[in-house]
Amino acid sequence: MMEIRTPKTHKAKRVLEKRAPKLVENGKKTLILHGTKTSATLSAVLMELYRLKKGGAIKYSRRNENIRPFESGGETSLEFFSLKTDCSIFAYGSHTKKRPDNLVLGRMYDHHVYDLIEVGIENFKSLLSFSYDKKIAPHEGSKPFICFTGEGFENVPELKQLKEVLTDLFRGEVVDNLNLTGLDRAYICTAISPTKVFLTHCAIKLKKSGTIVPRIELVEVGPSMDLVIRRNRLPNEGLRKEAMKSSKDKPKKKVKNVDQDDVLGKRGRIYIPEQEVGKNPLPDKSKGVKRERREGKLKKNKEEGSASKKLKESE
Amino acid sequence: MDMETDQIYQVDVGNLLAFNSNHRFPAAPSSREELVKECVTEGTKLVQAIADTLFNFPSTETSDGPLVQLPPPTTKLPREKHLPRPKPPTKWEEFALKKGIQKRKKDKIVYDETTDKFKRRHGYDRVNDDNDIPIIEAKASDEPGEDPFAKRLDDKKKRVGKQEKNRLQNLKTAAKAGALPSHVQLAATALPISGTKAQPQKIGKEALGDVAGLAATSTASGGKFDKKLPGEKPPKKQGKHHKYLPVVPRHGGVDEEKEQTNKVLGKLLSKHSHEILNVGKAINMYNDKKEKKKSGRSDKLKAKKDITKKKPYANKADK
Repeated sequence: MMEIRTPKTHKAKRVLEKRAPKLVENGKKTLILHGTKTSATLSAVLMELYRLKKGGAIKYSRRNENIRPFESGGETSLEFFSLKTDCSIFAYGSHTKKRPDNLVLGRMYDHHVYDLIEVGIENFKSLLSFSYDKKIAPHEGSKPFICFTGEGFENVPELKQLKEVLTDLFRGEVVDNLNLTGLDRAYICTAISPTKVFLTHCAIKLKKSGTIVPRIELVEVGPSMDLVIRRNRLPNEGLRKEAMKSSKDKPKKKVKNVDQDDVLGKRGRIYIPEQEVGKNPLPDKSKGVKRERREGKLKKNKEEGSASKKLKESE
Repeated sequence: MDMETDQIYQVDVGNLLAFNSNHRFPAAPSSREELVKECVTEGTKLVQAIADTLFNFPSTETSDGPLVQLPPPTTKLPREKHLPRPKPPTKWEEFALKKGIQKRKKDKIVYDETTDKFKRRHGYDRVNDDNDIPIIEAKASDEPGEDPFAKRLDDKKKRVGKQEKNRLQNLKTAAKAGALPSHVQLAATALPISGTKAQPQKIGKEALGDVAGLAATSTASGGKFDKKLPGEKPPKKQGKHHKYLPVVPRHGGVDEEKEQTNKVLGKLLSKHSHEILNVGKAINMYNDKKEKKKSGRSDKLKAKKDITKKKPYANKADK
């Protein structure tokens, strides 16, 4: 026995439609949570990551003992949370003796784990420790520049994956139009060794230069940390191929009120609202009538009057 | 994007992304600050490269600032969810395709023959409203006792039910193909017992507590020492609830028993005692008691006289 369930409110219907699979997708939301134990640095990292991604991130504050991303059974909770919050990237932090200050960045495809990369955090500097002119502080939700430096990002497979994950994490929404005044942040990632990446967040200062293109100056504002690659899990080839598939055609926009005919060609329909002739009040001319016009009118009336008199006389 | 030096950066303007694959750190950076400085300078160069292309795009002026059309991103990133799957055609769509039936757009306003007016197709005062039919002519095939109006309603109900069933079937095939519309969910309800249509009743919280209490009293100690589950409430007191007043009043305290009896007496002997006392009921009780006394004992306890048995010397006095 099956039952059809449809949402009873318009709001619920809109939420469901927003979460449905689409041709052009919404920006990925990030789920930030932590495991059984966290250190001070790790909780600071998670909090600052949440602040950086404020509009598109959800932070869970309770500890989750049964989440073990790299074990086969330990992902069910993560997948459940991903389904409930509609988040496709997650950042899971934990602190153990064997893996201190551990951060697992992972992505989901259809709310199942797609790939994982585990990094250790070293030399973390919180955004509160940076002092800068508050006027250049980046605004929440602005689209960032992302820069990668180092040959490691091309040669080492783990760094390649990390590059992809960091791009996905920091990218935000894909937009068609960009407001140039709203560019105020940049993420700089440098591969300082085949296993270590230095990540920092800077604010952008635009300075006058001779041309239209302003001169860029970066000022470190945000958290900066060293990421040490630990473990990683690449997606299966089949899953990767499916996830990378994109449909080439753009969604057809319905063009209304236009039809094409072989005989008549392209025709459009225009709808004009009803013109109530006779109901609208006539314009009031008494105010604006100038003296010459008034006199002219008087003359005209006089002539007509005399003409009519003449007619009468003749009759 | 070419720079003055040999370095060529891979720039993805759609993502505001730049990658410099040719940088190599000179031997070992002396200190942390040096390293950080160098990273930031390299980053500045990359951001400048992106900005060069970005600011050279044709921009439109808006109230917020210059708006620029971004090209689509070139780096391929995996999708969040699968591509929307095509919906399988419904039973009607298949049939229409086979027969070549075209969809025709229906007008909202239709001409009504009976009233010579234009009426709407659906809604208030519609064209072929079922409730407006005053007379249904009898046909030869009609049975004498049948109500044609009720029959019409019945037919409509059946049609609606059939349509719902077909809709469910169509949604099931769509769900099988993975193309269920986003706002619809198919939920499995409870299975009915074969033969009946009744669905099992859900037991409420209080009923469950009562049943648990009953089960507890069947133990030797009346359920007092049973291990309680988390969240289980202590059992309600069974039986009659009596509050017995102390026989001897407390020193200097009020005599509660005396108070109680005084209260009752007061109520009986007061001006409005007839309102408290149900005279009719009292009379009935008195009469019943009197009759019971007359008959001796209760009829049930008394041995019944067997009237079939003849008393041997009952009417001997006549002779």
